[in-house]
Amino acid sequence: MPLAYQSFSELSAAAALLGADSGARLLGGGTLLVRRVNEGDTSIDTYVRLRDPKLLLLDAAGETVRLGAGITMSRIAREPALTFLAPVAKAIGGPAVRAAATIGGNLFAPSPYGDFGVALLALGATISVENTRGTSEFPAEAFFDARDDLDAGSIVTAVTFRRPANGAFRFLKVSRVRPKGAAVLSIAAMVNRTNGIVVEPRIAFGAMAKTAIRAHGAENALNGMALTAESIERAVGIAAEETSPATDAIASGWYRKTVLPVHLRRLLLDALAEEV
Amino acid sequence: MTKVPVQLTLNGEERAEFIDSGTTLLRLLRDKMGDFTLKAGCLQGTCGTCTVLVDGEPRLACLTLAEDCAAKAVETVAGLSGNGSLHPLQQAFLDNFAAQCGFCTPGMLMAAKVLLEANPHPSRADVVEALAGNICRCTGYEPIIQAVLSVSRGSAPRAASGERA
Repeated sequence: MPLAYQSFSELSAAAALLGADSGARLLGGGTLLVRRVNEGDTSIDTYVRLRDPKLLLLDAAGETVRLGAGITMSRIAREPALTFLAPVAKAIGGPAVRAAATIGGNLFAPSPYGDFGVALLALGATISVENTRGTSEFPAEAFFDARDDLDAGSIVTAVTFRRPANGAFRFLKVSRVRPKGAAVLSIAAMVNRTNGIVVEPRIAFGAMAKTAIRAHGAENALNGMALTAESIERAVGIAAEETSPATDAIASGWYRKTVLPVHLRRLLLDALAEEV
Repeated sequence: MTKVPVQLTLNGEERAEFIDSGTTLLRLLRDKMGDFTLKAGCLQGTCGTCTVLVDGEPRLACLTLAEDCAAKAVETVAGLSGNGSLHPLQQAFLDNFAAQCGFCTPGMLMAAKVLLEANPHPSRADVVEALAGNICRCTGYEPIIQAVLSVSRGSAPRAASGERA
């Protein structure tokens, strides 16, 4: 099937085409979309390039961080004001993938990919989605629930979140090949403490479900508690029960579920060891 | 099929072609511009052998659309050597036996070039990280890592210096 590439400077024009043509897809870095076409996905017939400068806006100077959806992983990795996100960006692909892969594209990456989305879930990010009718703001968890059923012509334009306190945000990725490899699983967590008490923690898992997911049971086990080896153990004991990971070429679902507690325990014990 | 014009700079030379819309940079460079130095490997962004530089950044030509490269500067291995002499990285790969079948070599060279331009004196870990997107099934990577490090040190080849992998 012949392919087409169409470039737009106006979001509304790109959204109109995406809404009208079921074979049209918005092109980010191409690391997912062009790969699908290369693999023979004939449902895609038109690449839509949106050259709206707001997709590249990066505002990380203040307490609220806003990142355009077209910002690449390599830009995140080298941004001095986003050092807490550098380990996440650097965990995605090799240098050439990071130079292309975008925040917006990562939000649509199928499991076991999508580590940046896991981080956004833990950060409590808001995802801005625009179409010809206006803008919607989705809390990250609601976005992942709605992701595959968004109206045709919807375009993720930006993500917004509050800058985490120093040391409150933590991330780890387990892969079979280092330094680059798809996730056996990934974990991102926001563990804020006031006078030693954990306040409304957010824990997110990647590769443990169809999309990035929150670990509400583990969060509840920690919320309002002192962060201790005992409270961590209670949270870890609950965490795996909330998941039903898939089996794929990277790991079996059984393996993911078996090792998740080990890695969550390590991440939380690291947080405990490092006073915030 | 829609034909569209694409103009870019390939290894310092202005080039223009009519291409099918939606063509990858890999197909433009190999099929239309005759640059066979970059290889068509996995076409999934996994193997890295099609790595080229676009405006100085490493990009996988198999996943990059030619139309996104309009008016940009593309560099491939074909532009590394000049006046009959090899680029220092190419010479180092030769001296350190860093190429066996050679299929990954063009991607390795371009990934290493990006690293050394940004960081002329990388650590071993820096080299490993820079080459993380490039797969080699022959060498076990160590000769490649040593080749890149030897360029950064400006040193003699590994065999001559008595180092071991």
